[in-house]
Amino acid sequence: MTEALLQIKGLRKAFGALVATDDVSLTLRRGEIHALIGPNGAGKSTLIKQIAGGLKPDAGEIWWGGQEITALSTVARARAGLGRTFQISALAMDYTVLQNAVLGALGRQGGVWRFFAPVMKDPDLREAAMAALTRVGLADQAHRRTAELSHGQRRLLEVAVALTLAPRAFLMDEPMAGLGASGSKRLTGFLDDLRHEAPILLVEHDMDAVFALADRISVLVYGKIIATGTADEIKAHPEVREAYLGEEVPG
Amino acid sequence: MIREPHINTALFLLLPVTAGVAWLLDEPFIITLTTKVAILALAGVGLNIALGLGGLVSLGHAAFFGIGGYAMGILASHAQSYVPLMEVPFLIEGTKSMPVIWLVAVIAGGLAALAIGALSLRTSGVYFIMITLAFGQMLYYFAISWPAYGGEDGLSIYVRNGFPGLNTLDPVQFFGLAFAALAFVLFLAGRLAAAPFGLALCAARQNAERVETVGLSPYRLRLLAFVISGAITALAGALFADLNRFVSPTMLSWQMSGEIMIFVILGGVGRLYGPVAGAALFILLEHILGGLSDFWHIYLGLLLLLVVLFARGGMIGSLVRRELAHD
Repeated sequence: MTEALLQIKGLRKAFGALVATDDVSLTLRRGEIHALIGPNGAGKSTLIKQIAGGLKPDAGEIWWGGQEITALSTVARARAGLGRTFQISALAMDYTVLQNAVLGALGRQGGVWRFFAPVMKDPDLREAAMAALTRVGLADQAHRRTAELSHGQRRLLEVAVALTLAPRAFLMDEPMAGLGASGSKRLTGFLDDLRHEAPILLVEHDMDAVFALADRISVLVYGKIIATGTADEIKAHPEVREAYLGEEVPG
Repeated sequence: MIREPHINTALFLLLPVTAGVAWLLDEPFIITLTTKVAILALAGVGLNIALGLGGLVSLGHAAFFGIGGYAMGILASHAQSYVPLMEVPFLIEGTKSMPVIWLVAVIAGGLAALAIGALSLRTSGVYFIMITLAFGQMLYYFAISWPAYGGEDGLSIYVRNGFPGLNTLDPVQFFGLAFAALAFVLFLAGRLAAAPFGLALCAARQNAERVETVGLSPYRLRLLAFVISGAITALAGALFADLNRFVSPTMLSWQMSGEIMIFVILGGVGRLYGPVAGAALFILLEHILGGLSDFWHIYLGLLLLLVVLFARGGMIGSLVRRELAHD
């Protein structure tokens, strides 16, 4: 078995009486795509926030490589190599597509404390940014304002910015949303290859994509992980069928 | 369509041309007014780095403006009375030299901004506005109640401070100095906005989460922006005190903070030359409307309302009609 890069142990988070994350443990191994699925309100976003650093868990531990990162800030986790994409695009909307990607490259390469040379003329940053945009197929949109992009294109830009960070693992929150059938298929193919660069913890509603991509799937219901396994195991799992798939196997 | 660089060039030339024409016509008062515009614009350029680039609505920038003013007042008053500032543990004497005063003003303003910013930037939104206002008011009342430097009455400096090789008492030469300071800071601020720091700072204004996710700390970016902003505004304060040869707690009042913010909003938030346009319009209105009625602020308020409601990009924004932040 390959070593786990990200390891979550007994994570718990409650908002008053509502337990949003209930003793969640999961791992992300090198080279895999681990999909996290669950009905709306299952606590996926709350879990993602705790992993990324925006929300402090009440109990439990998060380990990254050999290091505990439970108390680290979002910034420190990003620097440690956690590349996150957001469910609701978190991009600089007034910036061009290229500027957003350059910002990512800047975060990766350092040198933000420079006050004189024009950043958009820096050949290294531009090259890194354009390379990432080309990979997701947004190179021809580089000079458009981000606010003018379609929802699907914004998701791709999120992925591109994460790529500029050259992270050790990706944390992707519904990257397929709004992409349409062909875009979704294209991104599925892309993520399929990407897992060999860095493993992906993928939250996704698109079941076709999840079943096509995931090495392992964890099902989150009411803050609890009720099952973890391969696509076939999950499809056959009685509890999952009852709680989530509603007796009907999709895909 | 008019392009922003053209407007900027026109605004840049407006001040020296006005001062030059006034000089030819022998109208020293107009030169002094133009000098005032240049200095207030400089204060606005300072605020614009925090407000326009960083999105930090500081209602306490009079603190830095006043600190610059008092840096000049305190140093010059000691030089004027031949009493050293302090003798133990080492001797510090007052000075009438502008370069030294400017340096002290910039450092004092920057340090004050570091202290105020470090605390204020832990809050955001309306709390940030209130806490910066509170710090400004603290300094204001401190200045009022500190008798050593004039208290409520302020400090008068009898002769304008000197600059090597210039006669600063000549209005046109003093204008030249103030304008050179403005031009230099505009150049630096323009470079700053386009530099890596500017890119990250403006991104933090648009979406702080995005900046964190690429491994940069919005807090640190904003704190440094606040320090640079405070230092520039303090430089403007030192020049303003020298223009009037007078410094008083009025420079620290929250009305002053409001005025500096008005320059920025009138001209265009986040536009490099916005404060120049805003300060020029403000002084123009003060003199045209102020001559018609003592209640000219009513019309200023009306204008401000119109700008905020219908021309969010201020004067420059409504001329250019183009979104910010294109590369």
